[in-house]
Amino acid sequence: MDQNNVLIDIKRVSKAFPGVLALDQVNLCLRGGEVHGLMGENGAGKSTLIKVLTGLYPRDTGEILFEGEPFSLSSPQEAADHGLSTLYQEINLIPALSVAENIYIGREPMRFGRIDWKQINGDASLAIRKLDLDIDVTQPVSSYSVAIQQLVAITRALEISAKVLILDEPTSSLDLAEVAQLFKVIRKLKEDGIGILFVTHFIDQVYEITDRITVLRNGAFIGEYETQKLPRIELIAHMLGKDPETFSLEQTAGKTQQEKTKTGQTLLDVKQLERKGSMMAFDLTINKGEVLGLAGLLGSGRTEIARLLFGIDRSHKGTILLDGEETVISSPRKAISHLFAFCPENRKEEGIIEDLTVRENIILALQARQGIFRPLSGRRQSEIADKYIELLDIKTPSDSQAVKNLSGGNQQKVIIARWLATEPRFLILDEPTRGIDVGAKAEIQKLILGLSEDGLAILFISSELEEVIACCDRIAVLRDRKILSELSGEAIEETNIMQVIASKDVNQ
Amino acid sequence: MKLHLNQKNIPLLATIAVFLLIYLAGSVLYSNFFSLRVFVNLFIDNAFVGVIAIGMTFVIISGGIDLSVGSVVALAGVLAAKMMHDFGVHPILAFSICLGLGAMFGMIMGCLIHFFELPPFLVTLVGMFLARGLAFLVSLNAIPIKHPVVNAIIDFGIPLGFRAWLPATAMIFIAVTLVGIYLQHYTRFGRNTYAIGSSEQSAILMGLPVGRTKILVYTFNGFLSALAGVVYSLYTSSGYPLACVGLELDVIAAVVIGGTLLSGGSGYVAGTLIGVLILGLIQTFITFQGTLSSWWTKIVIGVLLFVFILLQRYLSKAGARR
Repeated sequence: MDQNNVLIDIKRVSKAFPGVLALDQVNLCLRGGEVHGLMGENGAGKSTLIKVLTGLYPRDTGEILFEGEPFSLSSPQEAADHGLSTLYQEINLIPALSVAENIYIGREPMRFGRIDWKQINGDASLAIRKLDLDIDVTQPVSSYSVAIQQLVAITRALEISAKVLILDEPTSSLDLAEVAQLFKVIRKLKEDGIGILFVTHFIDQVYEITDRITVLRNGAFIGEYETQKLPRIELIAHMLGKDPETFSLEQTAGKTQQEKTKTGQTLLDVKQLERKGSMMAFDLTINKGEVLGLAGLLGSGRTEIARLLFGIDRSHKGTILLDGEETVISSPRKAISHLFAFCPENRKEEGIIEDLTVRENIILALQARQGIFRPLSGRRQSEIADKYIELLDIKTPSDSQAVKNLSGGNQQKVIIARWLATEPRFLILDEPTRGIDVGAKAEIQKLILGLSEDGLAILFISSELEEVIACCDRIAVLRDRKILSELSGEAIEETNIMQVIASKDVNQ
Repeated sequence: MKLHLNQKNIPLLATIAVFLLIYLAGSVLYSNFFSLRVFVNLFIDNAFVGVIAIGMTFVIISGGIDLSVGSVVALAGVLAAKMMHDFGVHPILAFSICLGLGAMFGMIMGCLIHFFELPPFLVTLVGMFLARGLAFLVSLNAIPIKHPVVNAIIDFGIPLGFRAWLPATAMIFIAVTLVGIYLQHYTRFGRNTYAIGSSEQSAILMGLPVGRTKILVYTFNGFLSALAGVVYSLYTSSGYPLACVGLELDVIAAVVIGGTLLSGGSGYVAGTLIGVLILGLIQTFITFQGTLSSWWTKIVIGVLLFVFILLQRYLSKAGARR
């Protein structure tokens, strides 16, 4: 590879949003004919960097060189004019129009003042064949699979004469065969000298396709590495911000409740549950009075498991035994009727109703289960709300305070209270401590332990390893939508978890 | 050449089938139904509906809606009549002024929709009330149009034989249809309307001129509404402020029966032409039948519309499953 063939050189670029420094002196160097992985956990700054690069956001400081020339974009359109194309996870094509038209719309060849359809269809067939694809280009794009749509989008980008292709999580909705097809195309483009920036959270794929990796964490530039020379464990350590050298020194601090003698019976027994394209078949048992943790990187399938168990997504295969009986959980409503409860990841969007009061937010799920024709009396509502405000120590002047005036940690507690009010048997907590301060985190962790001691089965999802370790009795470790192994007791250690995540897949 | 049965063509084929079915039934049941004269009358009697329906097809394909068309027809007609009758303005000038005002009216609505991101339903609803009110401001009563030039236009026509005769208004309808087909298939403007209606977000990211196209669509429709007003005043030889109340709904029905998806992104001007003819055919059918009240037209249109909406729903679901 020509080392001097630098296409894009990002130097010390910073970008701040009110309250956050999204990018802090970030560097990135993309060469022609290479596939460059951009890695990082949630909030690392990957999307912000791409948006700054493609002109969607202006940068605050730093410079970007394109083929050695300083350059600055003000819109994605300008980026395309420079040969810089971005493909997002959601495919941006016009579903109703034909493949050929999607490749050329906006730049249709004209003849005698009218669109030359013959040329469009002919050129499109040729262009699509360059990617070893043989499809009818006159059919609407929506009649093809996501993978093919992805390739059509790439074809469009190439026809606008792309020098740089930015692929933002292109594989997240593809199956294995489709990923292989996409990678074949990527390798071909690489040979043609195109620089490809590949954003993903699949570790295996990064090692399969990339030449170089840039790691970001919390908006900061961690480093650029050659993929072949970077052991997996080090990559994961860089992403999570652990020093791989000191793994062994870190002791399992705060692990005191190890001795909890829990002879809980099995509540849920999940067998070979699978949802194509989102989670590979897995087994999982959840016992009463136990906290089961799911550990893994972003996109490893943690939330997908929660969604399957709560009936938000339907499984394609496998069974769920509830108290030993086979149960089909086909909708969240069903799940609630089995006394399941789910605190979703996105507090603002999926959980809290900001303008309602604390009391109203707490009784919401309970009221929903009762049905609207059996309203809870005002006094009963207040009783329940006050009970949980006291129990969870929610800091609010009164139960009629609007939830939006509470701090993040207290809002989170309100959501937990909402589900506790339904007196569930099984509680799923997806990232319950995200975005709240340290003190509130500790309180919520304490609360989780307390609830499990009262016999509640809890599924706990968090991207912070310390937290999973501190709270959970057993931990299932995930990577790339698969449960790799389960750790319990003494084996629950940061080093172990990271080694499992980094382990090579023996099946591949 | 292999015949492609694209799924998106199914509504259009269904439309053609319905048209042939009704036409066949009428021809079998009633003598004289199958004649050139009856067929040409479909174009004459529905010229004003058809002219707007072509514009509405563009609007609906772009993902919008325009409720103001009926009122603009009345406003344009009554304004032209007033100018000629009270102020002695030459008909050609009067008609031209109306067409210009119609286009401007549409453009303003398009700008409101684009720049202020207001829903087309509301903006054009406002336009509907405004234009109707202005029509009454111009005149409370019908104004007759009598002018040698106008009479010459009305009397102008091409004899087709078999006692059939193609007047200027029908010619305008056919011309507008042809222009519509050309715009839709052979210009970037036409293709962009599909892109916006199918996925506006994608259209923006693909760098298509979304705003310009949207404004142009409403401008074009405003112009055609005014043109329909001119055609209507030629058809009735008068301008009447209460004309065409509820016409917008007939037009939307014709477009949908013509196979255009109300959700946008799919449809054909040619389909709309047939949709308009189907509406006319139902009316003719009931006239020939003789004993049924003319309100039966509405019932049949309602049933037909319902069937087509079900078909669209089914097709979009089937499409999503693939």
